[in-house]
Amino acid sequence: MKDAAAIALFVLAVGAAALAFDSGVALNFIMMALYATLLAQAWNMLGGYGGQFSFGHALFFGSGAYVQAMAQLHGGIHAWAALGMAVGAAAAVGALVGALAFRYGLKGSYFALITLAFAEVFRILALSVPFTGAGVGLMLPLRAAASNLQFDSPRGYALLLLGMVTLALAVTAWLRHSRFGAQLQAVRDNEDAARALGIDPLRTKLSACVLSAAFMGAAGAIYLQMFQYIDPAIAFGPTTSVEALLGAIVGGMGTLWGPVLGALALHVLSDLTRNLFGALPGINMVIYGLVLVVIVTFMPRGIAGIGRSVRSLWQGGRRG
Amino acid sequence: MLDFSILFPSLLNGLTTGAVYALVALGLTLIYGVLHIINFAHGASLMLALYGVYILNTRLGWDPYLALPLMVAGMFALGYALQRVVINRASHGKDENILLVTLGLAIVMENLALLAFSADTRSIDTPYTLRTVEIPTPFGAGPAMIALPKIIAFGGALAVAALLLWIVKRTDLGRAIRAVAKEKQGAKLMGIDVEHVYAMSFGIGLACLGAAACFLLPAYYVNPQVGSGFVLVAFTIVVLGGMGSFSGALLGGLLIGVVESIGGLLLGDSLGQVGIYLIFIAVLLLRPQGLFGDRA
Repeated sequence: MKDAAAIALFVLAVGAAALAFDSGVALNFIMMALYATLLAQAWNMLGGYGGQFSFGHALFFGSGAYVQAMAQLHGGIHAWAALGMAVGAAAAVGALVGALAFRYGLKGSYFALITLAFAEVFRILALSVPFTGAGVGLMLPLRAAASNLQFDSPRGYALLLLGMVTLALAVTAWLRHSRFGAQLQAVRDNEDAARALGIDPLRTKLSACVLSAAFMGAAGAIYLQMFQYIDPAIAFGPTTSVEALLGAIVGGMGTLWGPVLGALALHVLSDLTRNLFGALPGINMVIYGLVLVVIVTFMPRGIAGIGRSVRSLWQGGRRG
Repeated sequence: MLDFSILFPSLLNGLTTGAVYALVALGLTLIYGVLHIINFAHGASLMLALYGVYILNTRLGWDPYLALPLMVAGMFALGYALQRVVINRASHGKDENILLVTLGLAIVMENLALLAFSADTRSIDTPYTLRTVEIPTPFGAGPAMIALPKIIAFGGALAVAALLLWIVKRTDLGRAIRAVAKEKQGAKLMGIDVEHVYAMSFGIGLACLGAAACFLLPAYYVNPQVGSGFVLVAFTIVVLGGMGSFSGALLGGLLIGVVESIGGLLLGDSLGQVGIYLIFIAVLLLRPQGLFGDRA
């Protein structure tokens, strides 16, 4: 199968790069690019394949990060077991929000706004209750060991993230080819027609939401392990939601490799502008924003859309 | 039960804060409620308008209320140009692209402000900034003290809502806006310049922010991040009031202000905000046409 071969090639290339490079800068770059890819690919499962635009994916990210932190700090639970709990908790939050939103038939901007509102509710709750550390946040003690899910070099995190991204790519490839994926895309393209064919739109969208939330939760848990710190603004603030949806949309929604390309392109762009114009606060983000507007203006289907346009031009040319 | 002498001032404070929310939301009602443009740059545009008032006041010594005509005209021009030149071209008629473009614009605006004014929080000093008005409390408790600029903002919100209602219901432009909102293709066939109508609506939406900034700054402050706090609240109010309803947005804004104020009194300042979003979620789920909207 073509997708499986492409994913295998991707893992080998990125894995080799992570093992070959020794400089902290290069390893950091690989780590953060993979992290951005994981966010974008998680969003893509619900947003790209399910057509449900979430503005509040930080909700699942933050749930994962906080459960990961609280399980270890308050429960004394092993880091890897906590990762499982974090993923489970994020999926449960995804099931709850998805069930409410889809049961009441929210779509389009209404769905986007309700996810944003839930993220805000969770942010305010995390600020107010004692066991999340309120505004101070939670800090994880640093004990670098693979069994503890902490590493003394970015390489360890890069390999961990590569594993997660590979899993996300495999699930996305499955969405492309499986019966469930076909049903999900049918619901996205025309819900009434899909229902007429005997597909249950509620169950289909809900499953995609849970899947997407679970990967977001994993990203949150790994974020906590990388930086050993979480607070309400990082966990549930809009930054992560925006990063996830930008990567997926800029790269190309509803494609396997679009989110990978988008996350990489945005990461390179923000690194570049920060290094070139870092002396002036704000100018790097001004350029980032302008480039975003330009990309949307001239590449309405994302970066992956260019490849498709070129291919159809080429095939059209041969046929003509 | 809470003492009425505490509850009443809190209620009045909520109403005046709510009037400011309503002012910000009224512009969004036209942009999101009528034309369904998800404008994520709404908060950042308000921030720009606040800096405009700030500069006029500190550099040229203009009174914020006298700056109103210039701010309204300037923000209208900005909105018209943004929609016509940037958002319309970039959107390709797709919602997700509008979202991305307005997000990009918000990032650009916020960081230009950061570059020009640094991250410091600034406020202006006017003769009436600290003046308060005594409002007698019913049932014999002591009078409540309300800041004068907040009372003026309350009046401003009422005036702006009335003006918008008049524009949309009574003028040719308003008829064209309603026609485009209902049936874009049909409006085009009737000879309406759809792009012009979109740009006019966007311009009027931002002009409301120009007015809001003039009423807001004497009692408030400005920094590059100040707008982000208003974005979700404004969307909440537009949906709460019933998409596209100006009187609904006004009532919704007042309601949200009161909920925030009373919630803060009962639950503390940070947790008090949660009431706003819980109401929003409940309305989205149970009454998506809004509290005051007609059943769609």
